[in-house]
Amino acid sequence: MDTNVITEYLPLFWDALVITLKIGWQGIAVAFVLGLLDAAILHFQIPVLKRMVGAYIELFRNTPLLVQLFFIYFALPKVGLSLSAETCGWLGLGLLGGAYMAESFRSGLDAISQIQVESALSLGMSKGQAFYHVILPQAVSISVPGLLANVIFLLKETSVFSTISLMDLMFTAKDLIGMYAKTTESLFLLVVFYLIMLLPVSFFGTILERRVRHAEFGD
Amino acid sequence: MDELLKIKGLQKQYGNQVVLKDINLTVEKGEVVVVIGPSGCGKSTFLRCLNGLEEIQKGVVLVDGLPVESKKKEITKMRQKVGMVFQSYELFPHKTVLENIILAPMKVQKKKRDEATREAMELLERVGLTEKKDFYPRQLSGGQKQRVAIVRALCMHPEILLFDEVTAALDPEMVHEVLETMIALAKAGSTMVIVTHEMAFARAIADRIIFIDRGEIIEESRNPKEFFEHPKTERAKKFLKTFAYE
Repeated sequence: MDTNVITEYLPLFWDALVITLKIGWQGIAVAFVLGLLDAAILHFQIPVLKRMVGAYIELFRNTPLLVQLFFIYFALPKVGLSLSAETCGWLGLGLLGGAYMAESFRSGLDAISQIQVESALSLGMSKGQAFYHVILPQAVSISVPGLLANVIFLLKETSVFSTISLMDLMFTAKDLIGMYAKTTESLFLLVVFYLIMLLPVSFFGTILERRVRHAEFGD
Repeated sequence: MDELLKIKGLQKQYGNQVVLKDINLTVEKGEVVVVIGPSGCGKSTFLRCLNGLEEIQKGVVLVDGLPVESKKKEITKMRQKVGMVFQSYELFPHKTVLENIILAPMKVQKKKRDEATREAMELLERVGLTEKKDFYPRQLSGGQKQRVAIVRALCMHPEILLFDEVTAALDPEMVHEVLETMIALAKAGSTMVIVTHEMAFARAIADRIIFIDRGEIIEESRNPKEFFEHPKTERAKKFLKTFAYE
């Protein structure tokens, strides 16, 4: 392994990391909002909408992100909807992630007993207040491990972005290997940069997990 | 006398199954009504009809002359008049004792935090739990949790308090502290409807005993001593026998 090559490639990987993180976190933000909304619809059994959400979850959980991205990037322009590669990236990741986040949020919501809701209602709270002040905080704290696993999973899924020519980490590595055939150095940097991206998420995620548990159980 | 709670021809069904049949009852201000009866006779369901947690199929429940209707928007207003304490406490596990108590006064009645906290502390003082205000529910004993649940209901200044077998989940030595709290409330003039299996307590606290069996009021007595010693109906006799040992 040639250290000069590594030093030379470093700036390219830093740039790729920035792009990966930017699109990754945009997608994850979309996934959180979408997932929570879906979980609430499923939890409250809202007619019609719950069927649509169910279909959406099955569709996006059972097809690969690669196929979803191809569809958004190559097929949608055929019907007159042309989106930039970057928009396709976070949109695709957000739609995929939303389906996973919905299931995590829902498992948390379903874990809270109905009598907790009744106890809130009997104090004069509206259904909305009971949901926001009593159910949601408990449900989220139960969902945190699942949500965290989803975040890590989605950040790794960004490697598929390279296929729609977004210059993420994977794209950069493949590109460099293709051009200069420095396979070892490129793959080494690729692994290191994925770790740079994901280890802090794991680390701070675990701390967060412990903190919300703290609030839940009090010690 | 002031009629605070009036129940007329109440009927509750799950599908075709009738759980409560033609219940009529009037509770006056300051009165303590104790509802007893065999398990599954409908007494908990009856209590849940009084604050609209259960939808009723026939009849009306009036509090202060206003109907309690589970599907109507006014139900949140009505529930503020009717406090409820559950068998399983149902404190909010993610909130401290104080937060549990002031949540509804702040969010529902829009009280300022200071004001709600001051009231909460006064009430906690009455049940001897001021030093537990920053504890989480899981750090409390069952009896302490139930006293906090009572304070939480009281802090909304309800006109009537409903107690649904509030000592059934407690260890025997903790039953006493909760019942003492309830007796103190009764002495202070609270209007209460209590479902319980503690017969000695029922006898001590009740102004009126209602005996329900298979969804109907079988016997009603304004003299608890007389009811427990000489029940008039066969079913009440049979039920009370199950508490006696020879």
